[in-house]
Amino acid sequence: MKVVAAMSGGVDSAVAAARAVDAGHDVTGVHLALSRNPRSYRSGARGCCSIEDSNDARRAADALGIPFYVWDMSDEFADTVVDDFVAEYTAGRTPNPCLRCNEKIKFAAVLDRALALGFDAVATGHYARLSDGADGLVEMHRAEDHGKDQSYVLGVLTQEQLRHSLFPLGDTTKDVVRAEAERRGLQVAKKPDSHDICFIADGDNAGWLTEKLGPKPGSIVDESGEVVGEHDGAYAFTIGQRRGLKLGVPAADGKPRFVLDIEPVSGTVTVGSREALNVDVLECIKPLWCAAPPETGEYTVQLRAHGDEHRARVSVIDQSVRVELLDPARGIAPGQACVIYDGTRVIGSATIDRTSRLPL
Amino acid sequence: MTDQPIAYLDHAATTPMWPEAIDVMITELARSGNASSLHASGRAARRVVEESRELIAERLGARPSEVVFCSGGTEANNLAIKGLYWARHAQDPSRRRVVFSAIEHHALLDPVTWLAKHESADVSMTPVDRAGRIDVEALRAAVESDPASVAAITTMWANNEMGTIQPIDRVVQIAREHDIPVHSDAVQAAGYVPLDFGASGLDAMTVTAHKLGGPVGVGALVIRRELDPVALLHGGGQERDIRSGTIGVALIASFAKALDLTIERQAETSARIERLRARLVDGICHLVPNAVINGDPEAGPTHRLPNIAHVTFPGCEGDAMLMLLDAHGVECSTGSACAAGVPQPSHVLLAMGYDEVAARGSLRFSLGHTSTEAEVDRLLEVLPAVHERAQRAAGLRS
Repeated sequence: MKVVAAMSGGVDSAVAAARAVDAGHDVTGVHLALSRNPRSYRSGARGCCSIEDSNDARRAADALGIPFYVWDMSDEFADTVVDDFVAEYTAGRTPNPCLRCNEKIKFAAVLDRALALGFDAVATGHYARLSDGADGLVEMHRAEDHGKDQSYVLGVLTQEQLRHSLFPLGDTTKDVVRAEAERRGLQVAKKPDSHDICFIADGDNAGWLTEKLGPKPGSIVDESGEVVGEHDGAYAFTIGQRRGLKLGVPAADGKPRFVLDIEPVSGTVTVGSREALNVDVLECIKPLWCAAPPETGEYTVQLRAHGDEHRARVSVIDQSVRVELLDPARGIAPGQACVIYDGTRVIGSATIDRTSRLPL
Repeated sequence: MTDQPIAYLDHAATTPMWPEAIDVMITELARSGNASSLHASGRAARRVVEESRELIAERLGARPSEVVFCSGGTEANNLAIKGLYWARHAQDPSRRRVVFSAIEHHALLDPVTWLAKHESADVSMTPVDRAGRIDVEALRAAVESDPASVAAITTMWANNEMGTIQPIDRVVQIAREHDIPVHSDAVQAAGYVPLDFGASGLDAMTVTAHKLGGPVGVGALVIRRELDPVALLHGGGQERDIRSGTIGVALIASFAKALDLTIERQAETSARIERLRARLVDGICHLVPNAVINGDPEAGPTHRLPNIAHVTFPGCEGDAMLMLLDAHGVECSTGSACAAGVPQPSHVLLAMGYDEVAARGSLRFSLGHTSTEAEVDRLLEVLPAVHERAQRAAGLRS
């Protein structure tokens, strides 16, 4: 096959590209320029938008003997990922931009462009496994290395996208990938992993949002409605957050308090006890299925990247998904993705719209 | 990648070295001796440098003392425009304006922008017409609005993306009338049209070796003896005290050999390349009827370089076509600057009045002394399929 290997400049995508070459594919390395104003160098381990990352990707392609190009996806990324991220926070929700990027950029804009240009598939360094199902469908499963598994951020992919995807690292642990990079002479073998959100270089989401949106002061109230503090912008808070609340009035019971709710219009942030974070029911919207929608029944769900699995009863009605958690979850925010699994197999995902507790 | 023949259609980026220039370079690399040393080895090295300087001067219509060797076009342009600005401004602080054209190479645009930003220079940008040729009357009006404030005027001899040749004689005339130093970046013109520095009336002119079959890393600012630009590099003062650094004997000897050969064969090569360009342009227009050939359609030393064909493919993206052509062994350029490998729309096409979409949908094919009919035909053979795919990809974005 003619394959585009998306190369971020990191060790995973470099080894994924190498494995695609070894598998006999005709591979072209492509680095996605996602930032309109790329920084020259990485700051710490973070980010994947610097000129240095682009050069690292180019050097890996050189080592593999494959052609290499930079595709400018910065407009698409700004419009569909960054703007969406800001809008979601403004609306009091907690989005995951990596899912959004996979849904709209890597396996949409990039894949579509690749197909139009005569390629057959896009290979990435994501940790997830693809296999052919008995019914002729491509199945996506959790990676062999459960610690590195990234099937959660790929839960937005449809059957058509999965048919044109390659995840050559799905059966491997990170240690093996690093050792393999070393053995292949790839310079990125020891490069630190990237974390957090690539377009927020220092990992300070709240600071980035504050700079982007400007101060919008509001009140912090407890569950009785009493004002216990002030803040400069509700978008700097995430449900379940404990640190950085700077509450003037201590809790009556002296226990730590957590963000329970964010009301974006008034900018009111509600705080309360850890117990009040417990959630039993998730009402989800905008489902995306890897194949057919699931039958009503018991599945497992994952609610954040590298989060725990929860057993849940899932029922689909048109475009909404009701998830009743059998193992309770805590601090779940609207905007997060609920990815549904049957064993290791990814069924699909939906965006959490509302959460509630069942009456005791 | 398979071992397919390469069709190299990017000579304006760099052109292969003449074998003779490689031979000279290898011979000179084996020599030891610093051309600034006083002993026999030093004198022998110096002799090679000075003979090279004399040969280059003769071929360019300059005097040997007017040839200042440096690292290449970027340094020569920086030395010319910053050096002249600083010198003229120091003589008379009211001289704080640089007059330049909208289509200069970044190696000139960026130093001008730097002067504006860091030295508070005023800048007057000369607009160009749809063919990429400067509006001389606009330049005259800009100068005459306040001639005493102009530190220097610069206009490239031929544009590197379009090949459009600029009316240097008229620019020089305006500069002469007001006694303002005038520079021209002749990096792309050298070797493809006759150049005579003395007859041109220019005060300074940039040439570089690797565009005419010499090595990368050496070039020259040809500059009249009366002018004393402020140096960029301070040190031993090896080159007329306006450029310091140990003299690169082998680079300079190879540069001289390449320039000598190129200019000796210029008329013959240009005629041959013009015929190849016609084959390329006719072929493209036949295969892609809506393709637009940009720049001045007419050939000749006052119109267009013989070796550049700049083509807009409506409804396509240049970088997609470049990638697909590359996969078939056909090498060309989008003619645009790359920051972090991200292609930017060409400032030249934008200055010519094209919109950003057209500017992104263009390719530059450039020929040179090694170009063959087979290379042109290879492009034409693969173009239809490449064009069709690039159109499909561009359709996704619109």
